[in-house]
Formats: sequence, structure tokens, C-alpha cells
Amino acid sequence: MNTVLGLYNYWIVIFLMMTGFYVVIAQGNLVKKVIGLNIFQISVFLLYITIGKVRGGTAPILPEDVTYSPDGLPIPPQGFDGWSNPLPSVLILTAIVVGVATTAVALALIVRIGEAYGTIEEDEILALDLEE
Amino acid sequence: MEQHLPILQIIVPLIAAPLCLLLRQRTLVLGFAICVCWATFAMAVMLLLRVAPANGGDPGFPMATVITYQLGGWMAPWGIEYRIDILSVFVLLIVSGIGATVLTYAPLSLSREIDRDQHYLFCAAYLLCLTGLLGIAITGDLFNLFVFLEISALSSYALISLGANQSRKALTAAFQYLVMGTIGATFILIGIGLMYQMTGTLNMTDMAARLDTFGGTRTVLVTFAFLTVGISLKMALFPLHLWLPGAYAYAPSVATAFLAATATKVSVYILLRFIFTLFKPQFAFEMLNFDLGLMALAILGIFAASTIAIFQTNIKRMLAYSSVAQIGYMVLGISFATVTGLTAGIVHLLNHALIKGGLFLAMGCIALRLGSVELEDMRGIGRRMPMTMFAWVLGGLGLVGVPVTAGFISKWYLISAALEKGWWPVAALVLLSSLLALVYVWRVVETAYFDSPADPQLDVAEAPLAMLIPVYVLIGASLFFGLSTSLSANVARYAAEMLLGVTS
Repeated sequence: MNTVLGLYNYWIVIFLMMTGFYVVIAQGNLVKKVIGLNIFQISVFLLYITIGKVRGGTAPILPEDVTYSPDGLPIPPQGFDGWSNPLPSVLILTAIVVGVATTAVALALIVRIGEAYGTIEEDEILALDLEE
Repeated sequence: MEQHLPILQIIVPLIAAPLCLLLRQRTLVLGFAICVCWATFAMAVMLLLRVAPANGGDPGFPMATVITYQLGGWMAPWGIEYRIDILSVFVLLIVSGIGATVLTYAPLSLSREIDRDQHYLFCAAYLLCLTGLLGIAITGDLFNLFVFLEISALSSYALISLGANQSRKALTAAFQYLVMGTIGATFILIGIGLMYQMTGTLNMTDMAARLDTFGGTRTVLVTFAFLTVGISLKMALFPLHLWLPGAYAYAPSVATAFLAATATKVSVYILLRFIFTLFKPQFAFEMLNFDLGLMALAILGIFAASTIAIFQTNIKRMLAYSSVAQIGYMVLGISFATVTGLTAGIVHLLNHALIKGGLFLAMGCIALRLGSVELEDMRGIGRRMPMTMFAWVLGGLGLVGVPVTAGFISKWYLISAALEKGWWPVAALVLLSSLLALVYVWRVVETAYFDSPADPQLDVAEAPLAMLIPVYVLIGASLFFGLSTSLSANVARYAAEMLLGVTS
């Protein structure tokens, strides 16, 4: 039971990942392929963000009036054991930008394909290529 | 100035790319971009001089120095670190050298294949691609490597799609590459995330040191699988090569020559880093027997791709399949996991980059004069464009691995590595596969020299000197490295010893 509920974030990630991957492979419409690719990437973003969460940790902001323990470490506010890790979220900001750029290039290509072939269905494009 | 060389190597082409968009004027942009490319090559040479062993390849000399550079002054495990060892500098030299030579060749070929008002866009994408490929080789930070990988990938999709002026198939090829490339890159991203989860660091050296204690957990295995499958997609290792032939066949000649000579080589470099720097060969090869899997795929890839190449009528597509086969040779070298085997793999990075770059540039000359790269249109071309075809033949002999060419050096090391291990069937297969290469090279030679011209009225002149010189620079370099191996094979051997942790 613990492997199902305790790790529910990973199950969501895996479900989204497989959904996206399936859409990329199974759909013949190029725009739907790009949507599948986006779902696939977003599952990885979720994976990163859940990695950063520390149980009992608060938002990683160090207030000015923070008190320090004798060995020089800051003491977390009342009711928290520590701070969450901000780095994975920062990394994923970069990855989101990369994902947006990829989507933009993909959609631009689809526009050009639509102009050149008059269709964005994969099987129709293949048929047109074979005719040449 | 001197200590900032590592960052300048990346920053200069990166800043130059948007400047191309501001300059806009065609001759200005091309001149500027060519200067920038040669400047990056000069910087790579300067880095080599600082990294290379001081007393010129004397065995027994301790390992070459490693240059590290902390970005923004943040110390290594926290900040991004650039880390240049002998392998990085070898890849930097290949990428920047090919990049500069190919762009010098570009202006005339571009005029024929791309609208003149798009040339500045081509230069911007080209410089961004160069930045990404150089960045991969120089960075010591795993996430930074992913970002550079995507910079180079996104700009190469744009470069390939510029072939749409010639054939609309370039667009679908670019889209297919985009889908496969993004899946590959996302796999790598998953791997990096799991890696960070296990070690809490992104610095590759730091990561490798921390990963040892976790050896054997299932997460390590999953991470290893994601990283290797992702990078295999990127480097077009058989059977994950499906995006490559279309992309190389329909891209503009200049883009094909640049990408074929550099992009997959840089991916092989990443594979080397993953296996040898991050996971250590003991884990990958002894625990997982990954070497046997790699070897099987490499040999299958060599034979399948070479056989398919024989039946191609579009010569750019034929050379693309040959590239898939050549990736097989590099991976085969890696799979031996010995110093000689790795030397073969690494030296073939350089040799194949020169040979294939030269061949694709020669195809660009033919495309310029004939407007076609179909085999049947190339009948009798050997008498009309003797200089271009002579270069092509020299490059083709390099692919086969005839003595005195660079290809021979690679095959020599591969076969000696196989014999060292006592695997003579592998050595025999390498020799046999060379015969397949001979078949597809000979088809072109036969058609070009012994068939009568397709259309005797058609006036086909020799390619202009401005394009022939870069072709001969690359082909000449491949012959030079076939005769003198002190620079290529010795540096490769140093790199191999460093990766395996052997000090001779």
C-alpha cells in the first residue's frame, strides 16, 4: 500500500509520461504529436519539482530576523524542520524555457509543412512524398 | 584575458549569433560569422596548447593538465564549472575547426540553395549550433550540458528546415528529427533529475565521487538506462538512427556537412562522459555487461547501415547511412573498454569528421553545378568536375579505410584492439564491413568516371576555387592524419588513458 500511496507523485509522473509518449507515437496529426511531446516533458517537470520538496520543510526563504543555532546554522520557523530545496525548481524553469522553445519551433515547422503539403496528417504527407 | 579563455570560447559565438540578426546585410553577416568561427578555432588551439602534455607525447609523462573555470566566481560544486581536459579540447578542436572551414565554404553554396535574404538567419542558427556543440564539450556541469544540448539541437532543426527551398521534404525531416531529438533530450533530463536526487550535486566530477557509495541500487540502473538510451537517440546509434538519413539528405549542403561532421561526434563524446566519468567502466561494463550490448548494436549497425547505403540513389542519403555505420565503428571502439579500443573510438571522431565533412562539401560542389545529388545525374561528372570528384574519391577511400588515409588509422586501432582481446571474429567483421563501404563508394566512382554524361549538352563547369579550397583542406587533413598520427592518435591515446584511469 505504501508503494502506491506513499509514492503517489511518482505514479502521476509515470502516468503522464506514458500518456505523452503514447500520444507522440500513436497520433498521426502533427499538432497532436506536439501536444503529446508537451505532456511528456511536463511529466519530467513534475518529477523535478517533487524531488525538491523536503518533508516538514518550508519555502526556501531566509528572513532577515532569522535566529542562528550555536553551530551557526539558521533555525527554521516554528512548526517546520527545515527548508525545501529550491534548486530543482530553478532547474525546471530552464527546462520549461527549453520546452517552450521546442514547441515554438515545432509549431513553426507545422505551419510551413501545412503550407507546403496542404495537410498536417502524417499518413497523407507520406502518401504525397511517395507520389513524387 | 588568458584565464578567461574557456568562457570566451562559448561567449564569442553566442553573442555573435544575435549580432548577425542586427547586421542583416548579407556580405557583412557572412564575413563577420566566418571571422567569429576562425576566432573560436584559434581559442581552441590556444586551449590545446595549455592542456596538452608539455613534452610532446613522451610516454611516462604524467597526465595532461586540466583547466577549470568557475563561472561568476562561484566555487565548483555549487556554481557551474567549465572543465577542460584532453578529451574536451580534442572535441573542441574538431567542432571549431570543422565549423570554421565549412562556413568559409558556405557563401556560394548558400546563394544557390537558400534565398539571399535568409542568409543572415542561417548564420545566426549556425553560430548558435556551434555554441551548443562547443558548450557540451567544455562544461563540467550536467544540467548545463543538457541546456547546451538543446541549444545545438534547436538550432540544427532550424538549419535543416532551411533546405525547404530545395525540397519540402526538408520540413518533414526536420520535424521528425525534432520529435526524436526532444524525446532523447527529455530522457537525458529524466536521467539528470534522478542523478541529482541520488547525489545532490550537478557537478560531474563531484557526482562521480558521490555516486560510488550508491552503486547497485535500482535507481542507478534506471538512471543509467535513461541516460544511455537518450544519448543513443541523439547520436543515431542503430536502431535509433531513423531521423538521421532524412535530416542529412534534405538539409542545405553546408548544414549537412557541418552537422554530419560534428553533431553526432559530440553525442559520442557525451556517451564517453556518461560511461567513463559518471558511472565508471567497472559499473557499466563489469556489472552490467553493457559492453556486449554496445558491441552487438555497433556491429549490427555497421552492417545494416552499410548495406542500406549500397541501395541508395540519392548520394547525400547514401553518405548519411554511411554515417550511421561510422557511428558503429566509434561505439565498437568504446565497447572494447581497453586503451587501444578507446583510442580507436576517439581518433575516429576526428578522422570521420574530416572525411565525412570533406565528402559532404564535395557533394555541395556537385549540387551547386548540377542542382542534383542523384546518382543518375552524376554520370560522367568525373570528367567535367575532375577536381571535385578527385576529392570525393580520396574521401571515399578514407571511408573504406585504404592505407595512407585517416580511415586506415581508425581501422588499424580497432583491429588491434580486437586482436588484443583475442576477438578475431570481430576483427574479421571490421574487415568485411570495409568491403561493403568499398561497394557503395565504387558505385559512385564507376558512375562518375565510366558512364557517359546524362545530358551532353548540359554545360557543367568545375566548382569555383572558393569552394574547392575548403574541400581540399578537409580531405588533405584526413590524408595528413593518415600519414602522421602524432597529433591525432597520440592525443586520443592520452584521452583514452585518462578515461580509463590508466597512467602509462
